[in-house]
Amino acid sequence: MSSDSAPATGATPVKTTGLHVGEAAPGVAKVDPIIVADHVRRTFGGLTAVDVDHLEIPRGAITALIGPNGAGKTTLFNLLTGFDKPDEGTWTFDGHALSGVPAYRVARMGQVRTFQLTKALGLLTVLDNMKLGATEQRGERFWSSLIAPLWRRQDAEIEERAMELLAKFKLDAKAQDFAASLSGGQRKLLEMARALMSSPQLVMLDEPMAGVNPALTESLLHHILDLKKEGMTVLFVEHDMHMVRHIADWVVVMAEGRVVAEGDPHEVMKNPAVVDAYLGAHQDVDLGVVTGRVSAAEAGVSTSGTVDEATIEAEADAELAAEEKRKGKR
Amino acid sequence: MDFLQILSNAGASLLAPATLAYALAALGLAVQFGFTGLLNMGVAGFMAIGAYGYAISILQFDFPWWLAALTGLAASAVFALILGIPALRLRGDYLAIVTIAAAEVVRLLFLTSAFDDVTGSADGLSGYHESFRGANPIPPGTYGFGPWTYNQTDWWVRIMGLIVLALGVVAVWRLMSSPWGRVIKGIREDEDAVRSLGKNVFSYKLQALVIGGLLMAAGGIVYAMERNVNSGVYVTSTTFFIYTALLLGGAATVFGPLVGSLIFWVLQTLLSNLLPALSQLLPFMTQIQASTLRFILTGVALMLLVIFRPQGIFGNKKELTFVK
Ligand SMILES: Nc1ncnc2c1ncn2[C@@H]1O[C@H](COP(=O)(O)OP(=O)(O)OP(=O)(O)O)[C@@H](O)[C@H]1O
Ligand SMILES: [Mg+2]
Repeated sequence: MSSDSAPATGATPVKTTGLHVGEAAPGVAKVDPIIVADHVRRTFGGLTAVDVDHLEIPRGAITALIGPNGAGKTTLFNLLTGFDKPDEGTWTFDGHALSGVPAYRVARMGQVRTFQLTKALGLLTVLDNMKLGATEQRGERFWSSLIAPLWRRQDAEIEERAMELLAKFKLDAKAQDFAASLSGGQRKLLEMARALMSSPQLVMLDEPMAGVNPALTESLLHHILDLKKEGMTVLFVEHDMHMVRHIADWVVVMAEGRVVAEGDPHEVMKNPAVVDAYLGAHQDVDLGVVTGRVSAAEAGVSTSGTVDEATIEAEADAELAAEEKRKGKR
Repeated sequence: MDFLQILSNAGASLLAPATLAYALAALGLAVQFGFTGLLNMGVAGFMAIGAYGYAISILQFDFPWWLAALTGLAASAVFALILGIPALRLRGDYLAIVTIAAAEVVRLLFLTSAFDDVTGSADGLSGYHESFRGANPIPPGTYGFGPWTYNQTDWWVRIMGLIVLALGVVAVWRLMSSPWGRVIKGIREDEDAVRSLGKNVFSYKLQALVIGGLLMAAGGIVYAMERNVNSGVYVTSTTFFIYTALLLGGAATVFGPLVGSLIFWVLQTLLSNLLPALSQLLPFMTQIQASTLRFILTGVALMLLVIFRPQGIFGNKKELTFVK
């Protein structure tokens, strides 16, 4: 598990290092955080979905958020982007307090997200989906929308940018089709491209690679790396450890709503808490993926059989409970 | 059975104020339901507020007709805001419940005898036409040909209705082909996605509710300009008829509501003339049963329409491929 964990295809990406201050542990301070969250808690009835004491996301880097199913990753995304309200807690984006700020304002501030369950706007064309992503459009204001000369030039510019991005994501041939006619993977691509139309500072991707074929995954990885090169910060949720190891500069591990580990991808995966809570007894399956002998689909980490996932989760849960007990005794 | 008379009546309904009123209301509903996805079941309420606002402000405050019309429109905008601010935060189906209830409340307020001196309760309102007819530039006389022969007053109402309808169609067409319309259609597809792209979804939905409400009120006013105002017109079945007209033409189109209303009224007139005539020939049906049959047929038509051609006459066939 050294440098050969990088896949054969594509150059090894340049990792950003020196992101944190002090020893890597849950809630460790970052040199230049873009998001700082404190005591964020969200409960659904008796279930505590998210309970994060302190979390900082480093700016200008790619951070992966991993954890078993139901760990609270999506819920944390929803909280940070204003799509859900926490029971308590505060968090800032780029120095601005975000608690209580509605989702659309969060997006306008430069923090955009995609959804785990893709939200393509089916009966709009792919191009219209893209154009909707651009912010500060004059033609979107009621009165000026009635007078076409006021917005036509800007709209043409937006269209040009949209076509460029679509070409990058290999969707340009589909520009005039309804988004509903796209395949599941193509929708993931469209959603990501659409989010980029606003030139955000922070892109939050909820399982961007789920259901995307290996070749496209390759190019998606490149896109994500490009985002970093362009100065954007990326936070993404992913179950495929191969991808995480390949592109993430920093990994945050959640389990049962809490951040249980943080660190650089190679270190964090050796962490016993992570092995217990997430990688579990099936870690060897992941290694198969890592070395490229087994495809991600066969390994079934994020895509295949619910039975398999359920057993992994059950075992992880049991082991985590054991771990807690041990901690309690100490 | 006089077929020529029946056809002539049907032809006349093409230009009837009722048809124009339905076209305006259906256009408003296209904005709300077809483009934005707001399930407004209170169309009749919006129309009633326009009509009563017009009549009451003339009878009570002696407003000139145009100021009265503006008052009716303003009242409907206020109604849309009062409804929308709490209800638009709810999920789709709840808006339908809130609007249908609100429209009933409005109708019953106009019907109750408590406000008889203002609303005329069950008798409704009449005798407010002087200002509008006084502004008529058409010299007295009879004009037109065939079924479309009217006197100066009838023409004045129809021309005014056509002007308002034309303005409405142009405005909606402009809006829907602009980036504003793109946001609106995006909200219909998935409001969370649109929210995640930095659009204030609530504000857009409120704008759509108000614009649709204004068009519906304009329909109510055009209807009131011809005859009198009576709460019996603004019942829930009127809302359903307007849905029928809209779906007939195509919900997410600009010309669909117009054509749908034309077809709806021509068919209604045709049936209401034809069925009683037929009942003379058919021994098993009385006159009264025959006129009830008209509404039964309308209901069946609405069901068949939604099942077999939900995109309407003008709707894009391709869109239907993806409607689940
Ligand atoms: N709206 C909700 N109502 C009730 N419980 C919820 C709701 N949303 C999430 N939960 C619960 O909160 C927990 C965390 O869910 P979440 O979707 O955040 O998990 P996740 O980490 O994204 O999992 P996955 O990897 O499967 O996507 C789960 O136990 C889930 O059942
Ligand atoms: Mg999730």
